[in-house]
Amino acid sequence: MWEYTDKVREHFINPKNVGEIADASCVGEVGSLACGDALKLYLKVDENDRIVDAKFQTFGCASAIASSSALTEMIKGKTVDEAMDVSNQDIAEFLGGLPKEKMHCSVMGKEALEAAVANLRGLPMAPHEEGEIVCECFGVTDTTIRKAIAENNLKTVEEITDFTKAGGGCGKCLDKLADLLAESKGVLKPLQPVAPARPAGLTNLQRMKLISKIIDEEISPSLQKDGGNIELVDVDGKTVLVQLRGACSSCKSSQLTLKQFVEKRLRDAVDPDLVVEEVR
Amino acid sequence: MPVIYMDNNATTKVDPAVLEEMLPYFSEQYGNPSSMHMFGGMVGRKISEARERVAASFGCQPGEIIFNACGTEGDNTAIRSALASQPDKRHIITTRVEHPAVLNLVKHLERKGYEATYLGVDEQGRLDLDELRDAIRHDTALISVMFANNETGVIFPIKEIAEIAKERGVLMHTDAVQVLGKVPFDLKDIPVDFLAVSGHKVHAPKGVGAMFVRKGVQFRPFMMGGHQEHGRRAGTENTTGIIGLGKACELAMGNVAHENTVVRALRDKLEKKLIEAVPDTRINGVVDSRLPNTTSLAFQFVEGESILLMLDAFGVCASSGSACTSGSLEPSHVLRAMGVPFTYAHGSIRFSLSRFNTEADVDLVVAELPKIIHRLREISPFKRTEGEAPACTC
Repeated sequence: MWEYTDKVREHFINPKNVGEIADASCVGEVGSLACGDALKLYLKVDENDRIVDAKFQTFGCASAIASSSALTEMIKGKTVDEAMDVSNQDIAEFLGGLPKEKMHCSVMGKEALEAAVANLRGLPMAPHEEGEIVCECFGVTDTTIRKAIAENNLKTVEEITDFTKAGGGCGKCLDKLADLLAESKGVLKPLQPVAPARPAGLTNLQRMKLISKIIDEEISPSLQKDGGNIELVDVDGKTVLVQLRGACSSCKSSQLTLKQFVEKRLRDAVDPDLVVEEVR
Repeated sequence: MPVIYMDNNATTKVDPAVLEEMLPYFSEQYGNPSSMHMFGGMVGRKISEARERVAASFGCQPGEIIFNACGTEGDNTAIRSALASQPDKRHIITTRVEHPAVLNLVKHLERKGYEATYLGVDEQGRLDLDELRDAIRHDTALISVMFANNETGVIFPIKEIAEIAKERGVLMHTDAVQVLGKVPFDLKDIPVDFLAVSGHKVHAPKGVGAMFVRKGVQFRPFMMGGHQEHGRRAGTENTTGIIGLGKACELAMGNVAHENTVVRALRDKLEKKLIEAVPDTRINGVVDSRLPNTTSLAFQFVEGESILLMLDAFGVCASSGSACTSGSLEPSHVLRAMGVPFTYAHGSIRFSLSRFNTEADVDLVVAELPKIIHRLREISPFKRTEGEAPACTC
């Protein structure tokens, strides 16, 4: 069982500012059901750029709910710029600390704030959405990881996982995390011996058939359970082109589904170099 | 505040009768059963009695029982022994829903050069025996399939699986940690070669387990050292634990009927009332072939750890298959293997009852849990709107 402070427990049992703001100036959404936690932050900002109201909706554990509640309490009454100075560490400190494995909940709070402000300013995407996805299981980008390392002075790969969730799934990105950590500390990466080439076990035709079989027999039925679906359009070398149907086609987190479910499954079963792309 | 313990697949309360039987061996009867003097010999005789009790509950000979520390040790010993005794065979078959005691060992063995086939399960957690038949190879050393799943309670057809293994000349191990005292079984009818159980799952203390090794099956010890357990498991016997396990097995045999009537009725009531009271709730696992004490309920759009913490405020102890409680940031491997949608998997709660649970325990959970789910759904951004199609799991 996690050791939660009394303040975490208080903000979890009696969270402040739960709900929606009907006429919100902006909304920030981070996380997803697939990731196991998600936060939707609503801000009401006045003409002086001051946050006059903040509300949240959170799906997640006690830390996630408490961090969301703490964040809204901390930013109400602040100007947007002042609010942006609130760090994930500030959220954790406000709560009297969080278990290290739960620090990503405070990061989620900070990211939701950034997303809301990006929405307010009319920016195309929030900082946490920028960059290249490193952890496919949780859709964490290199930008997010670098930022977390810098802002929290992270020293180990385990800490990166605690703060960002990256590396907490299949573990395939752990080497990349170590590289990012080394890079951030200015350590030169030692030369890696070139891995022997994998023998091509499947012909192109066999690969296409196997991809089609897995999509038809495993992936599609799984998505259908939730009102969605997927259709294989083509296989171009290592690129698998698909179309999302039903509920999946309009889902905000469809890219996560493509990467952490469809692509991951196909890589596991067919070829680790496959890339799944959506055709719209 | 009284504790309402509904996490018996995790561990169980030591039965007072078990404790009573153990107590003298902590104090006045502290001899080493390996000693040549009468004082130690008395303890040795008590261990023999425990061995007979365990063997009776398994339907096997006392000589086929080896005492050890836990289910994990039994699983590890069986798998390693099967491989060590057949050095030419490099293939293992198991399932994707095994306990980590098996799963992580097999993954480790894969890194050591062994090959493994992980059998999948359907959305109700059931195995496909044709898939098993197809997976068997000329170099398959062992099939290791759990008797019943600890998370969903789904019972696997171990007799049929063992018969397939026997037919094909492959050794068979089953992790039976969850079935002892809940599902009647007799090893005279089930041709497994190895079986592992754990004391603390059957109202005996933690730190003691037992494994069955069928007579005639080649065995390679995991623990080397002294002559204890006829050289099959070295180390001074956990005398009090073994004595407790012997008594617990005797009680378990007598309690199977109670478990399948009274405890099952409590489980069924809990399940039925919660499904009636909480919309968008489903059962994980096949309903008609489950442990009588276990239900895995999935509540859509809420997260398991939050549910557990709110239940904890009422003294209710349960467990969850959610990411936040799995220690891996992902929902349980069992639920993922079953293809349980994320919308449900993260909100899965396992209640596992025992003979010590009462109607009042169930009534309290039925009264409080719907309110907890309602509260958490109010906080959650994910909701099912009336008339809307089911939400996407993305």
